Amino acid sequence: MYTLSGKLKITAIIFMILGAIGLVYAFATAPTSIEEVKEILAAQEHHGNHEMAAGEHAVAHGDASHDDEHAEHVLHQLQNKPWAALYVGAFFFFMIALGALAFYAIQYAAQAGWSPVLFRVMEAITAYLLPGSIIVFILLALSGVHLNHLFIWMDPDVVATDEIIQNKSSYLNVPFFLIRAAIYIIGWNVFRYFLRKNSLKQDEANDNSYYRKNFKLSAAFLVFFIVTESMMSWDWIMSLDPHWFSTLFGWYVFSSLFVSAITVIALVTIYLKSRGYLPYVNDSHIHDLGKFMFGISIFWTYLWFSQFMLIWYSNIPEEVVYYVTRIEKYNLVFFGMVAINFLFPLLVLMNSEYKRINWFIVMTGVMILVGHYLDIYTMVMPATVGESWFIGVPEISAVLFFGGLFTFVVFNALTKAPLLAKRNPFIKESEHFHY
Amino acid sequence: MASTKIHAIYTDDDILMQAVKDTRAKHYHIEEVFTPFPVHGLDKAMGLPHTRLAVTSFLYGMVGLTVAILMMNFIMIEDWPQNIGGKPSFSFLENLPAFIPIMFELTVFFAAHLMVITFYLRSRLWPFKKAENPDVRTTDDLFLMEVLVENNNIEEMAQFFKNTGALEVNLINK
Repeated sequence: MYTLSGKLKITAIIFMILGAIGLVYAFATAPTSIEEVKEILAAQEHHGNHEMAAGEHAVAHGDASHDDEHAEHVLHQLQNKPWAALYVGAFFFFMIALGALAFYAIQYAAQAGWSPVLFRVMEAITAYLLPGSIIVFILLALSGVHLNHLFIWMDPDVVATDEIIQNKSSYLNVPFFLIRAAIYIIGWNVFRYFLRKNSLKQDEANDNSYYRKNFKLSAAFLVFFIVTESMMSWDWIMSLDPHWFSTLFGWYVFSSLFVSAITVIALVTIYLKSRGYLPYVNDSHIHDLGKFMFGISIFWTYLWFSQFMLIWYSNIPEEVVYYVTRIEKYNLVFFGMVAINFLFPLLVLMNSEYKRINWFIVMTGVMILVGHYLDIYTMVMPATVGESWFIGVPEISAVLFFGGLFTFVVFNALTKAPLLAKRNPFIKESEHFHY
Repeated sequence: MASTKIHAIYTDDDILMQAVKDTRAKHYHIEEVFTPFPVHGLDKAMGLPHTRLAVTSFLYGMVGLTVAILMMNFIMIEDWPQNIGGKPSFSFLENLPAFIPIMFELTVFFAAHLMVITFYLRSRLWPFKKAENPDVRTTDDLFLMEVLVENNNIEEMAQFFKNTGALEVNLINK
């Protein structure tokens, strides 16, 4: 049995407190009036480019009232900024838990023989699914009651003048949006609850009946997951740019959450092993997780490029605006995160031997997580804060807060059950797994 | 005596693996092992050095990438500038996204083909070459371990291989 060390617990709680303080500060210091924004703008020397304000919802600029309108525009962006930072942080850690559940279900559905020694680690990471998804749902609901303007299609004034959003309003309206979100979240959590329950019961069972139940549940979950994950990515991320659409967006978000989840599984495993737990996990298991990190990173790049190249090539204004915003306003993070997410794992993890060296996996894993945080960041921010972005107190606080909460929930869940799923029919094969 | 060899023939890959380990522990020199299919972990058990084929593959991939870049630059930009997707910029960098699939494909093409050719050369294989396996049954269902006798006692060795579960132990003088 794993016991939560006091040091880890205190670290997690300190992270949460620091993050909470930072978030309160971020919300308290967000400008509330146009006058404040004008002061901020006056303080900034380089605001010459702001007329290029991104976002399709930008109001037509009149000559006389230009400054006021511009300031109002920036005001909305700066008011959105702490909300968007909170949303990115909440979504990022939530998607890790969801990805871990998908990876876990794949192990069952594929009847994988190598991975059962890692099942308890995966189950513990999915424990964050419930709090994580509820937090995301609350944030979406708060958008729905107009506490923030993350989703501009929720604003009746915007919809009134926008024919494209009007045509989509039978799908993009607040009640249906929240009902869909509730269906996804309840579905995932119900599957997670029964998978975990059966897995624990299997420990004490005399036959493989719970294992068989989990096999069927996993297969059903994967079908449910790939549909709802795809719709979730349209609803929660793609609809931030309501004019824009991409048919492989669901896959793109999937690859991002999948690689992040596998990375976290590897990091938690290596941490537990370094503390003397998980004696059955050998370097072949780490090697396999490393292969997944490498492979899914390349898969992510493939999808990133497929989406980018088709839109770049066809050059249709309503599609290409997505990348124009990102390349013009977010150049460094946008291309930097492609380099981090592709070149880094590619070069570091290509060699077979390196996938067995723990600190190589840890180093690459940290970079992959940073890269995929930035990936979510560049998906959300251009539509919500436009050119008024910078990574400051709100963003870092949100990561600290949710990172602390995630660590606390995951490691607390690890203490709840033995670290070895001892009665799993493949556990012997997994213990002796050798590459 | 240096070319005197013992051929120990086995019927099962697990028994062969154990025999290889025992033979190595006895410090007999294993010249070669012939198997009807690739046996997982046999190279490690025999103590063969790690293959460097992966390194050559990486280098061939880099050659392929370079060839693709130079080729696309010459064809599409220098020799006959092309209007790519309505973007007649005549610049390699600005048209880079269109070239990436070609760069990828040629990287894979060079890495794969040259690696296979390297493998053939390194294994001394070429078309119409006469097979090197000493016993045709190794292409069917038997496993053959070829061990140099060197200065060891032949009787003792024969007994040793019998004990490891060999179906036949043959002395080969060339």
